[in-house]
Amino acid sequence: MASDTIALGMADEGARPIGERLHDWVVTVDHKKLGILYILYSLLMLVIGGVEATILRIQLIVPHNHFVSPQVFNRMFTMHGTTMIFFVAMPILFGFGTYLIPLMIGTRDMAFPRLNAFSFWMTAFGGLLLYFSFIGGNGLYGAGNAPDVGWFAYAPLTSRAFSPGHSTDFWTMALLVSGIGSIGTAVNFITTILCMRCPGMTLGKMPLLAWLNLITGGLVILAVSPLTAAQIMLAIDRYLGGHFFDTQAGGAAVLWMHFFWIFGHPEVYVLIIPCFAFASEIIPVFSRKPIFGYPVMVGATVAIGFISMSVWAHHMFTVGMSSYGNSFFTATTMVIAVPTGIKIFNWIGTMWGGKIQFRAPMLFCIAFLFQFLIAGLTGIMLGASPFNWQLGNSYFVVAHFHYVIVGGILFTVFGAFYYWFPKMSGRMYNETLAKWHFWLFLIGFHLTFDFMHVPGMLGMPRRIYTYEPGRGWDIWNLIVTVGVFFQATGVLVFVANLLWSLWRGEPAGNDPWDAWTLEWSTTSPPPDYNFATIPVVESRRPLWDIKHPEDPDWKYE
Amino acid sequence: MSSATLTRSSNEPVWALPSRGRVGMFTLIAAESAVFTIFVVAYIYYIGKSLSGPMPKDLLELPVFSTVCLLSSSLTIHLAVRALRQAKVGVFGLWWFLTMALGTIFLVSTGREWHHLIYEKGLTISTNLFGTTYYSLVGLHAFHVTVGLLAIALAMVFTLLGKVKPEHSERLDIFSLYWHFVDVVWVIVFTVVYVIGR
Repeated sequence: MASDTIALGMADEGARPIGERLHDWVVTVDHKKLGILYILYSLLMLVIGGVEATILRIQLIVPHNHFVSPQVFNRMFTMHGTTMIFFVAMPILFGFGTYLIPLMIGTRDMAFPRLNAFSFWMTAFGGLLLYFSFIGGNGLYGAGNAPDVGWFAYAPLTSRAFSPGHSTDFWTMALLVSGIGSIGTAVNFITTILCMRCPGMTLGKMPLLAWLNLITGGLVILAVSPLTAAQIMLAIDRYLGGHFFDTQAGGAAVLWMHFFWIFGHPEVYVLIIPCFAFASEIIPVFSRKPIFGYPVMVGATVAIGFISMSVWAHHMFTVGMSSYGNSFFTATTMVIAVPTGIKIFNWIGTMWGGKIQFRAPMLFCIAFLFQFLIAGLTGIMLGASPFNWQLGNSYFVVAHFHYVIVGGILFTVFGAFYYWFPKMSGRMYNETLAKWHFWLFLIGFHLTFDFMHVPGMLGMPRRIYTYEPGRGWDIWNLIVTVGVFFQATGVLVFVANLLWSLWRGEPAGNDPWDAWTLEWSTTSPPPDYNFATIPVVESRRPLWDIKHPEDPDWKYE
Repeated sequence: MSSATLTRSSNEPVWALPSRGRVGMFTLIAAESAVFTIFVVAYIYYIGKSLSGPMPKDLLELPVFSTVCLLSSSLTIHLAVRALRQAKVGVFGLWWFLTMALGTIFLVSTGREWHHLIYEKGLTISTNLFGTTYYSLVGLHAFHVTVGLLAIALAMVFTLLGKVKPEHSERLDIFSLYWHFVDVVWVIVFTVVYVIGR
C-alpha cells in the first residue's frame, strides 16, 4: 500500500515545474528535506573551506614563498577554521541527525518541524554573514575585509584598536546567529528523542545513533550557549564601548579564553559523538553482528559528555595557570581518555569474529578506528601540561586536532555518506569510485597529517605565513602540501561519484545492506510521512526480528 | 517488506512519553541558564576590578518594590493557569492581567533606575567595568522579561477577544515555566548585583 502512494508521488514530482519544486525546498518543514539541505550546504562550505586550506598549504610549500600576502594568510586560516567547524562539521552532523533521528525512532517528523526549518536557515544565514565580510568588511580605508583574528579570536586582538573595520563584527554575528540555530537544533533533537519514540522503543532499545545524538544535544545546549554569551559580550565591547575584554580598563583577556574554551572543548565532543554514532551503526551491519556492549557504549558516552565539560583549560596551559589548575585539567584530560578507549574496544569487540564486509562505509570506519586512536594518543601527550609547554601552539597541535577532525570526524562522515546515500537518494553509489575516494583520501590524509607532527616537534609554530630555509622544516612542509592534493583529488572523486550515482546509480531498494534499524523498513527515499503505519518495536534490532521470526532479538535482551 | 509485522500488537501497557512542550521548554531553559551563568561569572569576576569610579556602593539601591512585584507575578501566573484549567476563563483573565501589570511595573522601575544612573549619576555601559557588567547582566534579564511580557500581552489580547479556552491551559502552563525561570534568574541577579556586588 505504501509503495503505491510513493509511486504516485514520484510521478507527480516529475510533472511539476522546477520553480515550484525549488519553492518546496525553501518553505519545507520536512525533516528529510531539511536534513538534505543541511548536508548540501555543508558540502558547499567543505569545498570553500578546503580551497582555503589549499591556499594555506601552497603558501607553506617552500620557505619564503609569495603565493599570498601575510594579511591574506591570516584571513585564510581564520576563515578556514571558522568555516570548517561552524559551517561544515556542525551542520553536516546536524543534517544527518535531522534526517535520521525521526526515521530511526519510528516517527513522522521532528518534535518541532518549524523550529527545525528556523534552525537550518539561521545556520545558513550565519555562513552567509561570515562570507559577506569579504564584501562588507572594509569599514575603514586600510581595514581588512575577511576576519583575521584566528578561529578562537583571542582578546585583545578583537578590540577596535587592533581589528578596525567590520571584519570581526561579521565573525561575531555569524557565530551568534548560527549558535542560535544550533541551540534550536539541540532543543529539537532532545525533545524528539525523548517524546516521539515509536511504541516499544524504550530508552534501552533506541538505536545508538539516537542515544548519542541525545547526548550531543545536551552538550550543544551546555557548550554553545556560553559561546553565544561570550559573543554578546564581544559585541558589547566593540559596538557599545564595553570593557569585558579590555585590559586597559581592568578587563581580562584570559576571561575570553576561558569563555571560548568552555565552548571550544565540549564542541570537539559535539562533533565526534555523532561520528561515534555513525560508527556504532555501520560497524555492526558490516560485521554482521549486533553492537558489542550496548549499555557500556551508552554509559561511556554519558561519561564523555560529563567529563568534557571540565577539560577546557587544557587549551590554556601555555597561558600560565596555577599549578592546581594545571594539575586539575591534566587529570581530567587523562580521565576522558578512559571512556573513549572503552568505545574503541567495543567497536573492535563488534568486529571480532564477525563476517566483515569491506564495503566503502566500513573501510572509512576502520580507518577511523586507527586514526582516532592515534589522535587520542597525541591528545594525551598534549594533555600533560609539561609536554604542552614545549609543544603548545606548534604544528604538533595542528596535526593533533586535524587528526581528530579529519581522521576521526571527516572519515566517519564519508562512511555515513556512503551508508545512507542509498536511503536518501534511492540509488546505489558506485563502489569502485568510492574505493578510489577512500584510498586517495587515506594516502593524502596520512601524507599531510602524519608528517605535520614533525615540523611541530622541530619547533615550527602554527599560523606563521612563511619560514626561513634550513631549519629542517622544508621537506616536511613539502610532503604535507603534496598530501593536500591527494585529499583534494579524493574529494573530487567523491563529488563525481555523488553526482553520477544520483542520475545513473542502480535503484537501491529499501534495504541494500540487510540492516536492522527502522529507517531501512521504509522505501528509499522515504515518503513524506516516513511510515504508512507507525511501527512497534520489541528489541534494538527490529528488522532482525522480522527477518528472523524463529530467533528474534527480544528473547535475549 | 510488509510493515504489518512491525505493528504486531504489544502486550505492554499504554505507551506514554513526556510532553513535547514541557521537554522543549526545559531544554531551552537549560540553554538560557548557561547563557546567564557566563554573564553572572563575568559579573562576579569583575566585582571591584573597575579602575575608575563610580562604584556600586555609591550608586545602587535595593530595588525591593520591583523585586516583590516580579516575584509575586510567579504566583499570579500560577493562579491564572490553574483557573483556566478549571475552566474559569474570567478569573484567568484577571490573574493574567495582574501578571502583566506586575511584570510591567518591574520593567518600568528598571527603566527608571537606568534613567537615574545614566542621566543623574553619569554611569553608562562604557564608563567602567562595573557599568559594562551591570548593564549587560541586568539588561539581559530585562530583555528576557520583555520577551515574556510580549508573550503575556499576546495571550491577553486573545483573552479579551474571547479566544482563550480551557484546552489552552497546557500551553500557557508551559509558557509559565519560562516566566518562573525569569523570576528565578532575578533572584540570582539580585543577590549578585545588589547584595554581594555592593
